[in-house]
Amino acid sequence: MSSKHKHAHPPSEVELKVKALESLLIEKGLVDPLALDELIDIYEHRVGPQNGARVVARAWCNPDYLHRLLHNATDAIREIGFEGRQGEDMVVLENSPTVHNMVVCTLCSCYPWPVLGLPPVWYKSAPYRARAVSEPRSVLAEFGVELGEDVEIRVWDSTAEVRYLVIPMRPEGTENLSESELAELVTRDSMIGTGLALSPEVIQ
Amino acid sequence: MKGAHDLGGKTGLGPIAPEKDEPVFHREWEKRAFAITVACGFLGEWNLDMARYARERMPDPEYLASTYYEKWAHGLSLLLVEKGLLTEEEIRERMSELSKSDS
Repeated sequence: MSSKHKHAHPPSEVELKVKALESLLIEKGLVDPLALDELIDIYEHRVGPQNGARVVARAWCNPDYLHRLLHNATDAIREIGFEGRQGEDMVVLENSPTVHNMVVCTLCSCYPWPVLGLPPVWYKSAPYRARAVSEPRSVLAEFGVELGEDVEIRVWDSTAEVRYLVIPMRPEGTENLSESELAELVTRDSMIGTGLALSPEVIQ
Repeated sequence: MKGAHDLGGKTGLGPIAPEKDEPVFHREWEKRAFAITVACGFLGEWNLDMARYARERMPDPEYLASTYYEKWAHGLSLLLVEKGLLTEEEIRERMSELSKSDS
């Protein structure tokens, strides 16, 4: 069996390695087992796209907040209580009828953890990282998004330092919705730029 | 630094195939790999760029064939050895002990 094949279908080798590392690290007092469980719980249950959705919904409702977000996203996001690892320097990109923003990390998988949680597999995949910059329209088509030819697509390549959050366009027919109702329309993909916000009929 | 990780614009990699309703972690070991990597980051022995560079030093074919958390496990193990916190021998030995006790 070639080593390439072994790694294409993960399992035991890496599982054993992770187990070995964890047990050695605990034995040597380098990591605290309770802290490990806490980290998993935070990123599995408490930090995720629901955070970013609150930021977007507030920006839709509050022009002053949107202004602050566009000028100093890190501070404006912290106002709602989201900050920390992998979100130390945030930049917010606002979509409009003429400009659609889309985010990638061609070199690895940089992603704004405090507002979106951990990245999905496709965001970390070689095809997305390769193609987002060279053929964004065909990438968007794979996500079921078709934009008019007159819409400019801007692709932003994340770095270890700067992380992006897209503010999708506010759907029509949402004038009477509250901020928390609006947040339900904001999907993870719409904040990466591979999707659009949901229309209100979808959640009714 | 050129390498397999520098993917922008590369062709021939196929469709993206997003998974519907994807879970945060797919396997139990992925959770553990994530947690020990983040926890070890707090040791202050390396920064984010060094962690990335450790993953990028995987041989190209292996990098492209590995999943995200396989790369993390590889990078973490490399850094722990390079910083003298663990040795390759003890990792190998522990893996072999665990494989015997698991079966």
